[in-house]
Amino acid sequence: MCFNNLKGLRLRRVIFVLQGCLFFNKAFRISLQRDKRPSLRREVFCLASKILPFAGGIHPPHSKHSTEDKKVEICKVPDIVKIPLKQHVGAPCVPLVKPGDKVKWGQKIGQPQGYISAAVHSSVSGTVQSIEEAEQPDGSRVETVVIQNDGKDTPDHSIRPGTLESLNAEELRNIVMEAGIVGMGGAAFPTHVKLSPPPERKIDTVILNGSESEPFLTSDDRLMLEHPEDILYGCKVIMKILGVSRAFIAIEDIMPEAIRILSAKAEGEKGIQVVRLGTKYPQGAEKQLIYAITGRQVPSGGLPMDVGTVVQNVGTAAAISRAVRTGEPLTQRIVTVSGGAVREPKNLLVRIGTSFRDVIDCCGGWKEKPVKILSGGPMMGVAQHTLDVPVTKGTSGIVLFTEKEAAMPEVSNCIRCGRCASVCPIRLMPLLISANSLKGNYEEAEKLHALDCIECGSCSFICPAARPLLQSIQVAKKEILAGRKKRDASVSNDLSEGRTDRNKSNRT
Amino acid sequence: MDYFTVSPAPHIRTQESASRIMLDVVIALIPAGIVSIFVNGVGVLWTILISIVTAVLTEYLIQKFMKKPVTINDFSAVVTGILMAYNLPPGAPWWLAVIGSFLAIALVKQLFGGLGHNFMNPALAARAILLAAWPVRMTTWVLPDAVTSATSSATPLAMMEGTWASASKLPSFLDVFLGNIGGSIGETSSVALLIGAAYLLVRKVISWRIPVTYIATTFILTVLLGGHGLYGAFYQIFLGGLILGAFYMATDYSSSPITPKGQIIMGIGCGILTAVIRIYGGYPEGVSYSILLMNVVTPLIDKYTMPKIYGEGKAHA
Repeated sequence: MCFNNLKGLRLRRVIFVLQGCLFFNKAFRISLQRDKRPSLRREVFCLASKILPFAGGIHPPHSKHSTEDKKVEICKVPDIVKIPLKQHVGAPCVPLVKPGDKVKWGQKIGQPQGYISAAVHSSVSGTVQSIEEAEQPDGSRVETVVIQNDGKDTPDHSIRPGTLESLNAEELRNIVMEAGIVGMGGAAFPTHVKLSPPPERKIDTVILNGSESEPFLTSDDRLMLEHPEDILYGCKVIMKILGVSRAFIAIEDIMPEAIRILSAKAEGEKGIQVVRLGTKYPQGAEKQLIYAITGRQVPSGGLPMDVGTVVQNVGTAAAISRAVRTGEPLTQRIVTVSGGAVREPKNLLVRIGTSFRDVIDCCGGWKEKPVKILSGGPMMGVAQHTLDVPVTKGTSGIVLFTEKEAAMPEVSNCIRCGRCASVCPIRLMPLLISANSLKGNYEEAEKLHALDCIECGSCSFICPAARPLLQSIQVAKKEILAGRKKRDASVSNDLSEGRTDRNKSNRT
Repeated sequence: MDYFTVSPAPHIRTQESASRIMLDVVIALIPAGIVSIFVNGVGVLWTILISIVTAVLTEYLIQKFMKKPVTINDFSAVVTGILMAYNLPPGAPWWLAVIGSFLAIALVKQLFGGLGHNFMNPALAARAILLAAWPVRMTTWVLPDAVTSATSSATPLAMMEGTWASASKLPSFLDVFLGNIGGSIGETSSVALLIGAAYLLVRKVISWRIPVTYIATTFILTVLLGGHGLYGAFYQIFLGGLILGAFYMATDYSSSPITPKGQIIMGIGCGILTAVIRIYGGYPEGVSYSILLMNVVTPLIDKYTMPKIYGEGKAHA
């Protein structure tokens, strides 16, 4: 009896404590949700504990062990580099050189066309062999400058060091533009465009994205460990350009070292805070990151600047820092080479235009014939059919999959388990969009917000029936956009026909 | 020349599979079957096996006949077979199990497109058909201690349909909870069913939304309208197919809503219908009819409970 009472008492105590925890957890979560503006409490909470505030998400095996402790090595500079004139979102560049020209390292060889475009520079010194169309990691064919390397790395006269203090916002923005810097997380959106918000958009927050949630990739992690000062300097440049006094550096708690080092470095910096985020894919997605840190939601079809926020990858910040301090344009980047098939997984500093083949050779080739070669990580990366594609500004990793790693389960019927819907960070219904897409019912897919899909692939990953959900959603997106274009075209056609009709009637 | 596989992203997939999920459901259903065999005799085991074999065989033959890939190794037909058996009275003749399983797979599942396309829970729909065709056979329950003498008796629920005055004949609460009562094969032991349900919840095969709201709604309405107070309502929860229905049949993926809000509506709807049928209806078929009715409105529920997507409506900066 006595024993029973004691046991009962203990049990009640445990339950009481558990209830307390639950209550606090809930209270915090509710307060987080209610906070539309980032409050001090929220910031303290972000700093104090890991948070997983965005809806959905998955926990794929992170597979970063093989490269996370490896220092960045310099990849052998090849004899021939092939530099594509379009490595970014937007219009391609026109070549500034012709075959036979001598070029220097850092010399601008591609002039951007139009507003959304980014300059291209030579990553070596040498002689232009030819300008030809060549295959890119993203599957497109792009005009490419082939340069024979003379091995001297003679720098171009345009490379001049500068300082943050001596330059104003306009000059800094110009440096970023001239250096051809693009988003280095993989999207490759021209950075100067992001740093030139229209005057009616008030930007008050800068977020540096160091949450490398793609499995296998460790290039951002290594950068944060080895060059934290570059990131902080770049952060200050971005803040100065945008006239913003508050910046966050967001890092997943899977990288405690990076958090520690950057927090220590950021100690004395005014307005810069390191935020520790829970490890969950796609934590590094722009919209999810903004929500996690500020509690703001980018409106459907909108941009981060619509909610006063600019997000830049930490790699981009480091590139900006180098462009300002040394005057060096973007001619190299850190690439993680990993996967079960590669002999020696490494983090490499690679010159832009080095072929995948040369990069893999620099890692001792492969120990087992790879079945799949990915540009980027396994969640959003693009499978390559050849090794003769160049590393571009957006190549964050090269992953070589063995047959076992590349094996895909059989596709079966959708069982409507709803797992895809529960992991979707945008809270879409992937199963319904996919079903409509497969039936060619794109109008219905559009009503289900297919265009809001950020293509993170969480739905395809989690599907127990192994259905190609993302692929069918991508098809729907393409069809919807094509349909819109067609409609616009036919509307303008109707208008012009109407005009000619009127002209006719005028004549008669 | 090297050849590499080219396929769309993502290039990694979860280890979970549809067949693993179905296997989990089979595992969760085993304890209830074992208790039933102990309580109701070995005959129950034969009914379960016949039911499973018929379901799998039907699926195989239909898929062969329709020249579709045969998917009998995904365990979904096994689940339907077990659930069909669990919905039969312990003394049911073998042919009742055969007809039931055949109807469940052929009529309700395969005719509508197979796995994931059945608009109703196959086992429950088959049970409803059997009940309409052989009402006496389907409602002849044998009390555990009367197995040897083979006298038929009503289930406690059927007794309660009469007058509460006959409550003296009702089994004790503990008997009801543990399973020492008359009833369909699967509904015998609430404890065994709850153990399996806990397993499904831990494995995240089902969510709490449908079962918890379902049982809670039934409980509250029975307290308010049942006229037997709290005790009567507790009693009702562990009686009949409520636990079986709430955790194993109302949660059927293909015939229940996929939206979180929709699942709660489904649970509440099932609860209201069950309570109303049990309290005011003519016969003790609350659970199966309420789930079937809610199955039919599932597409409608899904349509009107679509979650708000990121960036829609919520305040911006």
